[in-house]
Amino acid sequence: MEAVEELQLAPRAITVFGIGCYTAFAHNLDVEVVQALHGRAPSVATGIKRMLPDGFVLTVQGDGDMVNEGLQEMLHAAARGESITCLLLNNGVFGETGGQMTATTALGQRTKTSIEGRDPHQHGHPILLSDLAAALEGAAYVARCAVNNAGNVARTKRCITRAFESQMAGAGFSLVEILTMCPTGWFVDTLEGPGYLKDNLAPVHRIGELKAP
Amino acid sequence: MSDRELLEGSEAIARAAVAAGCRFFAGYPMTPFTELLEQMAVWLPKADGVCMNAESELEAVGMAWGAATTGHMAATGSTGQGLSLMQESLSEITNARLPLVVFNMARGQGDYFQATRGGGHGDYRHIVLAPMDVPEAVEATGLAFRLANQWRTPVMVLGDYYLAHTYQAVSVPPIERGAPERPDWALNGSTGGSGAAKIISPLGSGVDGEEGFDLGAHYAACAAHIEAMSAGVEPLVDAGFCDDADLVVAAYGSVGKFVRYACLRLREAGHKVGYVRPITLWPFPSEAVRDAIAGAAKAAVYEQNMGQMLDDVRLAVLGAAPVEFIGGPSWDPAGFGIGPDINVPDISQRILEAMT
Repeated sequence: MEAVEELQLAPRAITVFGIGCYTAFAHNLDVEVVQALHGRAPSVATGIKRMLPDGFVLTVQGDGDMVNEGLQEMLHAAARGESITCLLLNNGVFGETGGQMTATTALGQRTKTSIEGRDPHQHGHPILLSDLAAALEGAAYVARCAVNNAGNVARTKRCITRAFESQMAGAGFSLVEILTMCPTGWFVDTLEGPGYLKDNLAPVHRIGELKAP
Repeated sequence: MSDRELLEGSEAIARAAVAAGCRFFAGYPMTPFTELLEQMAVWLPKADGVCMNAESELEAVGMAWGAATTGHMAATGSTGQGLSLMQESLSEITNARLPLVVFNMARGQGDYFQATRGGGHGDYRHIVLAPMDVPEAVEATGLAFRLANQWRTPVMVLGDYYLAHTYQAVSVPPIERGAPERPDWALNGSTGGSGAAKIISPLGSGVDGEEGFDLGAHYAACAAHIEAMSAGVEPLVDAGFCDDADLVVAAYGSVGKFVRYACLRLREAGHKVGYVRPITLWPFPSEAVRDAIAGAAKAAVYEQNMGQMLDDVRLAVLGAAPVEFIGGPSWDPAGFGIGPDINVPDISQRILEAMT
């Protein structure tokens, strides 16, 4: 939201929220909001942007929302080069429902539905969403960031700003995947959160700009 | 000089939609709805509108949902099967109090319950219009957009293979470029940073004095709105020969047109038969149906399914007259709803049997 303000986008921004623990923010932001269904934010954002081509449209979704339920429409929006920015808050678990396995859960990661750790033979391999999206022609800007320390938070904000600038320049689709912490869903102490992210999620979902103009 | 043109139903409906102010359409091809999507792709750009060939019905209804939040008149559509995929969103769009028109070119008449009961989760209803032919569909399309905007609700236009693919001479209103004025509740981003940014949410958007985030209060307000629609939307019905009829036959949609004609011919042959054809299927025109049947000893329902509108007719009559089911499923080998029993001699025979 700092990036929205700094780019003076607030008076033209419409944010589409998916369904997850972050949905609670939807009522607390001072930008216009559309609440969508679980997984459906990119199509809703598409309808908005097509009717308001001068507007600034972003989605906020979790990994369950974007990579499990809504993978199809996220990839199609990217392939179309839809002029929207999607923010993926990826913590590798369903946080809202209490720590079940998602499509991005790392191999070996323990969740309530992979109790002995994610096993590739039983549960399959994690989907590296940003890598998939970056391979699509319509995607103009794709970056994966993390918020487990102050330096990474600052880098995350820079990436979000670049994604927003890319949308305003009409470059195409933009995605910022942000590795976030869910100590409750990871069943670790809050203070262990940053370390857990670094040791479990970051080695699988590699941080960096994957595609930039 | 007549301004009528010979048009296929799909083209007439698409042009009527754009003329009514529709500026966004998204759909996914499926027989017998496909040509409506194709015609929207032809006609919407002529009015500076947008037509999307979506990646599935899930995204088609999602795109239409997003477009509707901007206050532009939006529509989507499919067949009953595709509508099954859209129901989760249709339920939420109803609770988000957004106007949307849904063209359901169904395969046969098996989807009456899906259309009229609120086909998705939750305790909701939306308006359903069932025109019998192309000229009536042009009227119903204009009405659908007016009702959607007036009540901030999805409105379904329920048709079938015959409606989508019959050519009829019809007059369609002219199309004007540019977008109609958008309502005050629409989003355009401009309230961001004001301290009171707008939100449109199926969990509560502050319509009708709702405050804050309280799902219980929001669902109560949605229920009150549905009750208000049920009482306030004018029920449309077509009836004939009912005053001195011994038997009144109820039917809807394209099939209703065949039943109407069968009744006309039976009257000419001296049989005291009348018909009643609901055009609004929700709210169901219970009072008009009850009045149409009031003087008759008996009522019958003809529809090409196992008996769905039958329930609504029986509820309308509330036991005042026996209501016999004389319809039944009728399928072509392809399953598109081009039933071989859509046939006036066959329908007439069933009516005569019900009279004895």
